[in-house]
Amino acid sequence: MNAILLMLLGLGGMFLGYVFYSKFVAEKIYKLDPNFRTPAHEFEDGVDFVPTNKYVLWGHHFTSVAGAAPIIGPAIAVIWGWVPAFLWVIFGTIFFAGVHDAGAIWASNRNRARSIGALTGDVVGRRSQSLFMIVIFLVLLMVNAVFATAISGLLINFPSSVVPVWGAIFVALIIGQFIFRKWLNLGTVSVLGVIALYALIVVGPEAPLALPETVMGLSDNATWIIILFLYAAIASLLPVWMLLQPRDYINGLQLFIGLILIYGAVLISGPELVAPAFNTATPEGTPSLVPLLFVTIACGAISGFHGLVASGTTSKQLDKETDARFVGYFGAIGEGSLSLATIIAVTAGFATLADWQAVYHSFGQGGVTAFVSGGARILQEGLGFNVGIAETLLTVMAVLFAGTTMDTGLRLQRYIFQEWGSIYNIKWMEKAAPATLLAVGSCLLLAFGAGGADGSGGLAIWPLFGTTNQLLAGLTLLVITTMLVKLKRPMYVTLLPLLFLLVMTIFALLIQLKGFYDASDWFLFSLDLLVLIAAIWIALEAASTLTRLRKANANSRD
Amino acid sequence: MRIRAIKGWLAKAGQFANEYYNAPYRAAVARAKREQEDLFMLYVYSEMMGIPNPASYYTLELQPLLLEQFHEWHLRMGMEHSPFDEFRCC
Repeated sequence: MNAILLMLLGLGGMFLGYVFYSKFVAEKIYKLDPNFRTPAHEFEDGVDFVPTNKYVLWGHHFTSVAGAAPIIGPAIAVIWGWVPAFLWVIFGTIFFAGVHDAGAIWASNRNRARSIGALTGDVVGRRSQSLFMIVIFLVLLMVNAVFATAISGLLINFPSSVVPVWGAIFVALIIGQFIFRKWLNLGTVSVLGVIALYALIVVGPEAPLALPETVMGLSDNATWIIILFLYAAIASLLPVWMLLQPRDYINGLQLFIGLILIYGAVLISGPELVAPAFNTATPEGTPSLVPLLFVTIACGAISGFHGLVASGTTSKQLDKETDARFVGYFGAIGEGSLSLATIIAVTAGFATLADWQAVYHSFGQGGVTAFVSGGARILQEGLGFNVGIAETLLTVMAVLFAGTTMDTGLRLQRYIFQEWGSIYNIKWMEKAAPATLLAVGSCLLLAFGAGGADGSGGLAIWPLFGTTNQLLAGLTLLVITTMLVKLKRPMYVTLLPLLFLLVMTIFALLIQLKGFYDASDWFLFSLDLLVLIAAIWIALEAASTLTRLRKANANSRD
Repeated sequence: MRIRAIKGWLAKAGQFANEYYNAPYRAAVARAKREQEDLFMLYVYSEMMGIPNPASYYTLELQPLLLEQFHEWHLRMGMEHSPFDEFRCC
């Protein structure tokens, strides 16, 4: 099959989902009201609460939720063939992610823009709120460990990207100063910044850099992981305007440029998909498609992380309630389109089926490295890019996404530790530096504990990360469903995705639990067990809350 | 006419870009700015608290200017009333 057809089918499907399904959900289920006074107007303070143009708000929402995860997930999951990954991304975006994201904005908007964590406490119950904190902490822990492993793999596989990746940080630092001190206006700075970044990308292949194979007894992989965490720790302690803000901005620009380049190149060259539609000859050790597909692709189909962004910042800036449909649902479509681009890159970006099979020789392979090499081939064929430059370009894009997530994730973990410090009255833990050390320490423990001292096993926890992320989405869906039941509106739109997620995650956790047990991997076994307990707990909370509410509703009718 | 339209369009795009750059971090930047200002308040009123201040000659002049922020500042610092006997607030 030709990639152009797949692209049009996918984008067309998601667009129809926006036009018809999101309209139905927005008007009949959430009943978005253009006259509702949103928190952005009610509490307008020029800082947190600011009514914002819906296109700008969509831009933020989309670029804050889209990162490296919607790339890594599909790039691993195509091992079952491109059809399952494609269908889950498209239908997941239409019926799960869009409803979830728009719903999270709506729920928060109707509750004085409180965060989903706080809402869980108000709407569902105190117990669920503590559960929410635990799940968030686990998600952050895993995302940092996985991304550090993914970045170090990229830096080793594509040494041409080392100079531009670290150079980009200096570009961001300089941009940050220029804008903060108002030396130049933003337009000029952006143009200069993008030119500097792309100059570095062109220079990269001329000056490849690699670490020696062992540094002080550690493999190069492990050394990169430690360097990355060192960097992330420092970055997370800096004021946001210095590095995080300009880097986020550059990432946003990169995201749009990257998507336009990939889709443009696909349209021009029209590559054929070389990977099988359904892979009947999956390598030994590949787990069954059901349920693992649904946790391997989390972001891109549905992701709990979106609920945090939607209720944390987006809902405070919503100008009109009806904007929630465009910002939330179309934001999810943006992320779905990034995943679709990834699927095309990792299935059409190989010359022959044998090449593809060589990369996907066992489960967990491929990943972001396959995205970079496949995408680079498509860019070369479609737009005549030099392969080295195209690879560097895509690597820089992926690393910047993952790096920003790491530094944000570490910052959030530090806040959690600091909060624990104040709850349990541990004075030293309330300080920024020790809390950061604790956060870095726990992430390193996971990155190395999962795969030994060479740090290569970090990606083994990818499906576990996906599972935890789905649980977070499940909690958000539970909040939305509870609100719908209280309002006596039909709840199947959010209840069905919630049930599907709970069944699939618990099923996936059990299968992985057996896998870790068979491999005598007690570290991951305990982690899996922890997540499983959380998952069952959420299922019980959901059941008890919904039956209680239904009884209350039935009584009130009598 | 055309040039003016393009200029207007560019200005609009610049506004959007600025909004896009600043909006996600408005709160964090405002908080950082407030922390700096709190420290500055401490400098200005330090002499009253018995902390020697070599620049007190200059900071004394600033005290009336900062009076408006004084109430919010002492509340934020966890003091229900003004900490100074000779300097009442609420």
